[in-house]
Amino acid sequence: MSGHSTYEPKTGFERWLDARLPIVRLGYDSFVDYPTPRNLNYWWTFGGILSLCLASQLITGIILVMHYTPSADHAFASVEHIMRDVNYGWLIRYMHANGASMFFIAVYIHMLRGLYYGSYKAPREVLWLLGCVIYLLMMATAFMGYVLPWGQMSFHGAVVITNLFGALPLVGESITTWLWGGFAVDNPTLNRFFSLHYLLPFMIAGVVILHIWALHVVGQNNPTGVEPKSKADTVPFTPYATVKDGFAMSVFLILFAWFVFFMPNALGHADNYIPANPLVTPSHIVPEWYFLPFYAILRAVPDKLMGVLAMFGAIACLFALPWLDTSKVRSMRYRPTAKIHFFIFVVACCILGVCGAKLPDDQVIPHLTTFQLMASDLNSFVWLSRVAALYYFAFFLVILPVLGLTEKTLPVPDSIASPALSHPAAAPAEATAAPEMKG
Amino acid sequence: MAVAAGGAAAIAWPFIDQMNPSADTRALASIEFDVTKVPEGQQVVVKWRGKPLFVRNRTKAEIAKAVADDGASMKDPEKDSARVKPGKSQWLIVGGNCTHLGCVPTFGGGEYGGWFCPCHGSVYDTSGRIRKGPAPKNLVVPEYAFLSDTKVKIG
Repeated sequence: MSGHSTYEPKTGFERWLDARLPIVRLGYDSFVDYPTPRNLNYWWTFGGILSLCLASQLITGIILVMHYTPSADHAFASVEHIMRDVNYGWLIRYMHANGASMFFIAVYIHMLRGLYYGSYKAPREVLWLLGCVIYLLMMATAFMGYVLPWGQMSFHGAVVITNLFGALPLVGESITTWLWGGFAVDNPTLNRFFSLHYLLPFMIAGVVILHIWALHVVGQNNPTGVEPKSKADTVPFTPYATVKDGFAMSVFLILFAWFVFFMPNALGHADNYIPANPLVTPSHIVPEWYFLPFYAILRAVPDKLMGVLAMFGAIACLFALPWLDTSKVRSMRYRPTAKIHFFIFVVACCILGVCGAKLPDDQVIPHLTTFQLMASDLNSFVWLSRVAALYYFAFFLVILPVLGLTEKTLPVPDSIASPALSHPAAAPAEATAAPEMKG
Repeated sequence: MAVAAGGAAAIAWPFIDQMNPSADTRALASIEFDVTKVPEGQQVVVKWRGKPLFVRNRTKAEIAKAVADDGASMKDPEKDSARVKPGKSQWLIVGGNCTHLGCVPTFGGGEYGGWFCPCHGSVYDTSGRIRKGPAPKNLVVPEYAFLSDTKVKIG
């Protein structure tokens, strides 16, 4: 955060370095003396967890490249070579594959936390936008990484996703040919995906630095959504935030290790252990779990171009969020109606995720045939995903803009340190939310 | 200013165009195929330009069904006769990728007896025309010619 630095070089070397490259000062001001709101709860530990995920993916990824062969003829075999022959190759690959899923679990929690506590509102719009850019880069990286083992799911996943661009009028076909480097997904496609899969994580790291920079300019939001006003509202980053983040990381690593050691293939697909075959599409092709809600939105729309636009529109909503939410109150803790809609939104996203994993015409309630509407039975997952997708868009485009103008909010505390004292009316609500204040 | 923009475009183009198909990929020869290899009522999947191609030997009933549906309401209306060569209506040659997102539809699936795409549920009839589901177009009929009664050249 802005403000003068309190760093005092203690040794002669530190003074010498500080006059030339004040890097120790930067670290001290950013991660030791940096004031953090005193009421941050555990939802605020996911920034640190995400840094850990990125570091883990970079290290395991760079090691995997030492043993992997980016070629349509050898990629599959080289991945099996890593799994069977390379010393601890199985561990490093499972860490990398499951690490991607852990990364997305953490980023979704991080995003929903921002959504609930209004962390995207002024003056944090740029901070939020940078986060959205990181999320986009993560999705591109994850998709291209999934193609590299060159199994059946890799191949046909690449076919489906690159064909999305074919939906664009006029230029669609040229773009897909350009992306493929041929008339189909083939060796050139694999090689360029490999190149970009290596590049993008470093771009993510770059945008993360901008993200943290923006964070340190505007300061962290907090569960009350009220800006810190005095020293009583903040505590130093070290030891308070470092210890808390460290504990949360340890718990998160237990979950990570549980997947890596006990169910390393639970989040993958068995079909990807079959070498890619362009002539046969797996009977049930689905993306990785973290793309399922968007996949469900794609399938919910019966028109190809509109489906693709809806899917990209779902992500575009996130970018527009700071200007769609009209409420002056940041934290949904003081927005009773918005809070209910937030939880319905989370449920809608989960429903979309489930729908994305099913076949479109599967029945939601078994053995019940109702009537056909828009070429699908009403009792089908495609209709369930239509309802959920409608809510997804309504949440961003109707509910948040209108609710900000009409909602009767609860009284917002004057400051972080004394919420209950200034507003007796808000005291009961605060009392139930109190345990996290102790953290 | 204009010179600088022109220079920037001139240097940018090679970096963009390098991703387009290379000369050896573009030079992929056309293929010849002996259609007698396909028994009646069956199809053979041939790999052409890295993608599957369906060569289907249609039964009389399948042809009749396709012709009878010429007038039905369709997303991408096309007569069956326009999708085969004159006098060779038993041979249907179409690209084996769903026009939605490129999956390979399964032979004989779906209620129209043509193909069913497992990815997003598109249904094609015995002429390879899209009848149901999200795909916008009929299965593509490639450029091909009969060299003799039994031999076709595709591409």
